[in-house]
Amino acid sequence: MREKKLNQQDFPIAETRPSEVKGKRGMALSELTIEAILEGTVGLDDLQITSEALLQQAEIAKSVGRKTLSENFERAAEMNNLPNSEVMEIYELLRPGRAESMSTLLGAAKKIRNKYQAERLAKFIEEAAEFYDKRGLFKKRY
Amino acid sequence: MSNSYQSNRWKRVDDWDDRPLRLDNFAVEDPDNGFSAFNGKADPKPSIGLKGGKITSMDGVMIEDFDLIDTFIAKYHMDIDIAKEAMAIPSSKLARMLVDMNVPRKELTRLAQGLTPAKLAETVAQLSAMEIAFAYSKMRARQTPGNQAHVTNAKDDPLQLAADAAIAVALGFDEIETTMRVARNSWSNALACCVGSSVGKSGTLFQCSSEEAEELEIGMAGFTSYAETVSVYGTESAFIDGDDTPWSKAWLTAAYASRGIKMRCTSGAAAELLMGFHEAKSLLYLEARCLCLQRGMGSQGTQNGGIDGAPLAGSMPGGVREIMAENLIAVWLDLECASGNDARHSESDMRVAAKVLPYLIGGSDLICSGFGSILKYDNSFNPSSFNGEELEEFLVLQRDFEVDGGLTTVEDSKALSLRKKAIDALAYVLHDLGLASTTDEMKRSVAVASGSNDTESFKPRDVTLISEKIKTDGVNVLDLIKSLHKGGFNQEAENLLFLVKLRVSGDYLQTSAIIRDSRVVSAINDPNDYTGPGTGYRPSEQRKEELAAIRDVLDRDEVLRTEALGEMAEMKAISYKLLGKAETGIDPCEVVVGISPAFGSKIFKTLAGHKLSSVLKALQTGIIKGGAVMRLVKFWHTADTSFLGLSAARLSGSGIGIGIQAKGTAVIHHRSRLPHNNLELFSNAPITKISHYEKMGYNAARYCLKELPDPVVVPTRGEALGARFHARVALIYAIETSMTKDNASPELLDFAFLKA
Repeated sequence: MREKKLNQQDFPIAETRPSEVKGKRGMALSELTIEAILEGTVGLDDLQITSEALLQQAEIAKSVGRKTLSENFERAAEMNNLPNSEVMEIYELLRPGRAESMSTLLGAAKKIRNKYQAERLAKFIEEAAEFYDKRGLFKKRY
Repeated sequence: MSNSYQSNRWKRVDDWDDRPLRLDNFAVEDPDNGFSAFNGKADPKPSIGLKGGKITSMDGVMIEDFDLIDTFIAKYHMDIDIAKEAMAIPSSKLARMLVDMNVPRKELTRLAQGLTPAKLAETVAQLSAMEIAFAYSKMRARQTPGNQAHVTNAKDDPLQLAADAAIAVALGFDEIETTMRVARNSWSNALACCVGSSVGKSGTLFQCSSEEAEELEIGMAGFTSYAETVSVYGTESAFIDGDDTPWSKAWLTAAYASRGIKMRCTSGAAAELLMGFHEAKSLLYLEARCLCLQRGMGSQGTQNGGIDGAPLAGSMPGGVREIMAENLIAVWLDLECASGNDARHSESDMRVAAKVLPYLIGGSDLICSGFGSILKYDNSFNPSSFNGEELEEFLVLQRDFEVDGGLTTVEDSKALSLRKKAIDALAYVLHDLGLASTTDEMKRSVAVASGSNDTESFKPRDVTLISEKIKTDGVNVLDLIKSLHKGGFNQEAENLLFLVKLRVSGDYLQTSAIIRDSRVVSAINDPNDYTGPGTGYRPSEQRKEELAAIRDVLDRDEVLRTEALGEMAEMKAISYKLLGKAETGIDPCEVVVGISPAFGSKIFKTLAGHKLSSVLKALQTGIIKGGAVMRLVKFWHTADTSFLGLSAARLSGSGIGIGIQAKGTAVIHHRSRLPHNNLELFSNAPITKISHYEKMGYNAARYCLKELPDPVVVPTRGEALGARFHARVALIYAIETSMTKDNASPELLDFAFLKA
């Protein structure tokens, strides 16, 4: 772990710390070249941001007084580990009337907590379930 | 023209009825029914209840009665530590702080984190339109202004999308946004714009506005680099009707960031009213709720300011001021603001330009959140405030006010070559990936087309097939990069790679990020530091030159070149011979015509385009018809019409003279009159016809005979002649005045019309 949190001086990290910025499978920015793409060694995963980079952006946002943006990046850092399908499924469940009861949402929260250690996101879904219940959102829309 | 005097109303009203303005709807203020910009019947007074570090009530609502929006705002937007301090400041004081250049932006954005929606609304509502514009300019997050384009067409034709995307990039738009006529065409539109926007330079961000889930999937395939259609609403019922909740939208917000895709939310006045769920609250209060939600969700920014509701907001008293006020709340909340000015709120060009002006002169993160870079009928979002038709007007406004609206003129031949390149690149990729084949005819028709009415290209059904194949084959951005490279479009492949690599670091996820010269520029490394004159954004000298460099600009050489073309024709039409000093005449039937120094020697046509030989012939014909003779004199001491005329009159045996400048401005004068008190003046040279010059000659002759003829009237249709001609006039007149010599004597001039 890094000791010192990043701040605005570290922005943009692609310029200030190019060797640390890596794709999802560990390839450095400088390795992401046309040649490597033509050779087939670069996949879409290598063009994905990592949880680490998102947490660094969260630190930078916080250092300039943008707490809510920073928290979004922290949620994103957890979501970064969820596959696309899981992200889309839970989004769908969070839309009004998709989950038929509170337990559906709680189940989804439990799943991502256990499978992806997504604690923040799990809490976020649980909180949504509580308020959806309170406001009567668990009813069929179509 | 029929003259009916039976009308029972002033006919000016008929004239007004015919103007585009009268196509606009206007509505009365009706707070019970949601028609109020600032004063909703159910708008709450600002308040906050705090107990044990928790919010117990907000804006008059107790916690147990909170709806989903109140709940989310209280939990995620409100900073309780700041709330106590900020809510205690009277809104009148906050309003003054907003327009006080000595109060730094940072202090205000900090306080906003503890302000409730009602408090934010109450504060900005106290500012006049001018104060809002100033405060907006001070409070916007990024220093350098930017702009965003719509790139769409009525056929969803991918070739045209690629060509138009390349143009939008060249014009300098920081972001381009597409959408479709047919929902299923989204993948094709995304791929086409993605390829087109890689032509010319790298770093223009691109989005494809479609259904929420699909838009994210398109982003995940790497075609798009930002999103802004994450809409939020200010009432719970409208939000649910929009098929989302604050939590689902916050989930999407994090989802985009988690994939390294820039995003902003969208909200704008009157959306709730359009959807039928306004709760009798004002546009501004509901927007304040939307914006607090967006900050709470952790969106870096917002597309805000009327948006689709702009025409409805604009129908109300103060509606446009309200749109400005909501934008001010957005930037006060430290959000990037793509400040609307997209959906055209009026059929009146004047209302449209007036609405955009504060943003143009004050700057905005994205001045238009959709400037129609294409023609109006091709805009699948509906016409924007500015469109392909009016693009040059925007460029000229930048030049007029020396302000940076983010755009730069693209020279014609460069535009065409960019279009061709984009079309070739996309045609290659479509073929290479087995998606479609194109013909040379299709490509040529698109390259030169102003809009889709002029093209022979793909039809919507063809596009649906392409789009579905892209989706089912799982084509992604790496396939595009490989294909472009394979087709020899190496630079375009590099440009596209640059764009997708941005998502690895996520630098452009920070507030107000755009890409300039291959660098991320955001509110972090380019913060708005306005604290008065000399601070904030100022265009560099180089940028000022770019802003000035619009198409077809006159200079002295250009005027002389044009005149040189006329010289050859005149040499064949007339010959002049100077006969020495002109003396005062004694013939009581003569009209002296006095011409200016450049007449026939440097300048050869009037502003109306008449050859000067033809003008002299017409004058002579008229004078003879009127029963007098013409004597021609060249003056060197003046180029002024009045003095040319009076000098001619004083040389004339009859006391009647005509003075005429090379540009065609003429006067009939009498030797006993004061210089500017002439007999007849023909000041509108650009609309003075040959027949008028003949009539002028005739009248001059009749004055010799002591008659009082009907003065010649040159009818005007109200043309803005100054705008049309004054730059040329000033250049021509400078040529005339530079030839004058103090006290130089007039010279008698012999002339002969030559046979053509």
